[in-house]
Amino acid sequence: MFSYFAKRIAYALATIWIIITVTFFLMNLVPGGPFLSEKAPSPEILKAMEAKYGLDKPLAVQYKNYLANIAKGDLGYAIKAKGQRITDIIADKFPVSAKLGGLAILTAVVIGIPLGSLAALKRGRLLDKTIMVLTTAGVSIPAFVIATALMIYLGVYVKIFPTYGLKTPLHYVLPVFSLAIYPMAYIARLMRSSLLDVLGQDYIRTARAKGVSGIFVLFKHALRNALVPVITYLGPLTAGILTGSFVIEKVFTIPGLGGEFISSITSRDYPMIMGLTVFYASLLVIMNLVVDILYCIVDPRIKLK
Amino acid sequence: MKKTLALLLAAILVISVFGGCSGSGDKAPYDNRQKGKEIAVHVGSEPDTIDPALNSAVDGATLIVHAFEGLMKLNQNGVPVEANAVSYTVSEDRLTYTFTLRDDLKWSDGSPLTAEDYVYAWKRAAATRTAADYGYMFDVIEGYPDDLNVVAKDEKTLEVKLTNPVPYFLELVAFPTYFPVKKDVVEGSVKNGVETWATNPSTYIGNGPYKLVKWTHDSEMIFERNEHYYDAGALGPDRIRFVLMSDDNAIMSAFQNGEIIFADQIPNDEIEALRNKPEFHIQGQIGTYYISFNTQKPPFDDPKVRMALSLAIDRDYIARVIGQAGQEPAGAYVPIGLSDADPDKEFREVGGNYFDPMAAGNEANIAKARQLLAEAGYPDGKGFPTFEYLYNEEGSGHKLIAEALQQMWKDNLGINCTLASQEWNTFLHTRKNGDYEVARNGWLGDYNDPISFLDMWISSSGNNDAQFRNKAYDELIRRIKSTDDRETRYKLMHEAEDILMNEAVVAPIYFYVDTYLKAKELKGFYASPLGFKYFMYSEID
Repeated sequence: MFSYFAKRIAYALATIWIIITVTFFLMNLVPGGPFLSEKAPSPEILKAMEAKYGLDKPLAVQYKNYLANIAKGDLGYAIKAKGQRITDIIADKFPVSAKLGGLAILTAVVIGIPLGSLAALKRGRLLDKTIMVLTTAGVSIPAFVIATALMIYLGVYVKIFPTYGLKTPLHYVLPVFSLAIYPMAYIARLMRSSLLDVLGQDYIRTARAKGVSGIFVLFKHALRNALVPVITYLGPLTAGILTGSFVIEKVFTIPGLGGEFISSITSRDYPMIMGLTVFYASLLVIMNLVVDILYCIVDPRIKLK
Repeated sequence: MKKTLALLLAAILVISVFGGCSGSGDKAPYDNRQKGKEIAVHVGSEPDTIDPALNSAVDGATLIVHAFEGLMKLNQNGVPVEANAVSYTVSEDRLTYTFTLRDDLKWSDGSPLTAEDYVYAWKRAAATRTAADYGYMFDVIEGYPDDLNVVAKDEKTLEVKLTNPVPYFLELVAFPTYFPVKKDVVEGSVKNGVETWATNPSTYIGNGPYKLVKWTHDSEMIFERNEHYYDAGALGPDRIRFVLMSDDNAIMSAFQNGEIIFADQIPNDEIEALRNKPEFHIQGQIGTYYISFNTQKPPFDDPKVRMALSLAIDRDYIARVIGQAGQEPAGAYVPIGLSDADPDKEFREVGGNYFDPMAAGNEANIAKARQLLAEAGYPDGKGFPTFEYLYNEEGSGHKLIAEALQQMWKDNLGINCTLASQEWNTFLHTRKNGDYEVARNGWLGDYNDPISFLDMWISSSGNNDAQFRNKAYDELIRRIKSTDDRETRYKLMHEAEDILMNEAVVAPIYFYVDTYLKAKELKGFYASPLGFKYFMYSEID
């Protein structure tokens, strides 16, 4: 068990290092730079700016310095948000996105799994077809359409929910729901096909033949195995959703991390791009590790090796 | 059993959708439109910085003019008037300005503000190592950038020496880059070589009418009345909540719901519906939307070709149908809103149009365009190479304009162009390096003087996207910058614009306007032609 984890952590670090390296060099290949603006700074000012952020040094030196700083846990200062430490920005904004994302995942799981199971149990019936139509819509309608529509109907016309910020529990409803729809629909579809697959297996027939009651077959034998693909999906989903959604955060004016991923790239905020990449990569690697552990809890045939 | 399960699931669905509504019977808790004397307004999204020296954004400047004040400030009519200075004198040769400060000046932490603070702030903002975007605003002062000739004669007297007479110096002094900052706060905040004072309300010490008390990034900034401000009694709201939003529709919804009483950003497709509402306001802004030709690339190295393309544009259509916000079709490059030698007249009024930009002029313009194209060797557009029009993909307007131009050039001149869009930063890079043929462009002025639109086209300028090289033009700008006679100066500036327009270095499309939504009950608010918004004297009726 211990050697398994040691190996996994070594792999994780290697993965993160590769991601850092690729991102670092790709980022510098993109034309433009952090100091370009409609009004061009003079060459002297530009030089001073580059020196201030260490961008005047050769790329290889910058790369080496960056790795050395990361090893010390220092992600540096953002260029665009002047004077703000990147670790502070992440510490400030990640909890907001994580809370929203956590609620969205919870909603998606709590509704998606039963919905998919129900569709599988009622296969071919009207209920199944209704659920399938709704979930198809759920996976295909983009989040910004859902979010904007919800905001306009439930926020502006029927003034039930506030349209921006996260001050009260009421503020969470629209963004959480907009955020949850896609994974909810996806989980429901995944759950349906996976459960149908499991229900056709021999061991289910055996259980039924032994006279095990329907509900017991479902909860004890079928659901547990049917959950494996859903768990596989939940790993990257969690990392993705916890770090925030650019669209949802923009539409509902939520001070989360999602927007930073996009804006750091458009403004070529090099330290910020790297900081977020390191953070996201680490989270993704950790979530995948969690998923692997969950596998062997759900399915004892899978062993940690 | 299955029925129970189905019921259970249905219940979960219903609860999860409507569960959040419980307790929503009482009036919406988020509606704080008129609670006490607080106002909630939108002027922009999260600012990059609110350090007066480092800021270069219009919304950032609005925040800064609430927290700081300069020696001079712009009044409701955009004219510089005394603020921190109680008076000033100008020497005979108009090179030395001496400002006398008010006696009752204090920082928002209660400590006294002296002339030394100005010396520190100006030197800091101009210094190369500060690397401020707008550091060049000090290039009119002797010793720029690293040894500014500005001295505190005593605690209340500031003397500054200019290299040339600068007719708009008092306006510069009213600009945020010239605001004072507190030395011990700025220097005490340095961590790992980075100044952090302007990121934290506790160290964000200003001298303006309001002070920052809370900043939730990407959400809101709360400003409260500064009791140490010398004119605190005249101020309007006790608290101003600047809501930091970026999504057009979200801003619109918040305004419609009364969550904010001022919105500085309006979705383009809503403008038509809002046009006649009392909440909708259009204000002139000093700026021009234009296209620039790469004057070094054939066939655009031929002024006749450039002029033909410029004249074939129906500006009236673009402003009216695509812009929709009351933009003024442009018959010249320097925008409306800038004064001439006689301050009562506008530069644009005196200079007039170089061609008729309204629909009525189209026929004559197009006929002339065809003739010029034929003279350049491309009768009816025959043999004219297909070229590329470059624009940035942000917002929907640039694309619509690009498509309209493509169609106009095809219909009116028989020439073909392809459209290419690039992401903003890449676009700036491409355009600056001259790796384009024809590109979308725009410029906003920073002070009430046409020179900020003209000196960017000298050969050595970093903003000369057209790669325009003209010795006579460079010489003209040099003379403008060294003369102290107002008449001559403006005469030369008109001559410079003549060159730009006759050579068709740029094809102006329209003059920018600033549109915003303001609740009817918000009174006493005003905006400057630079786009800054002033809420300090506003009240709710």
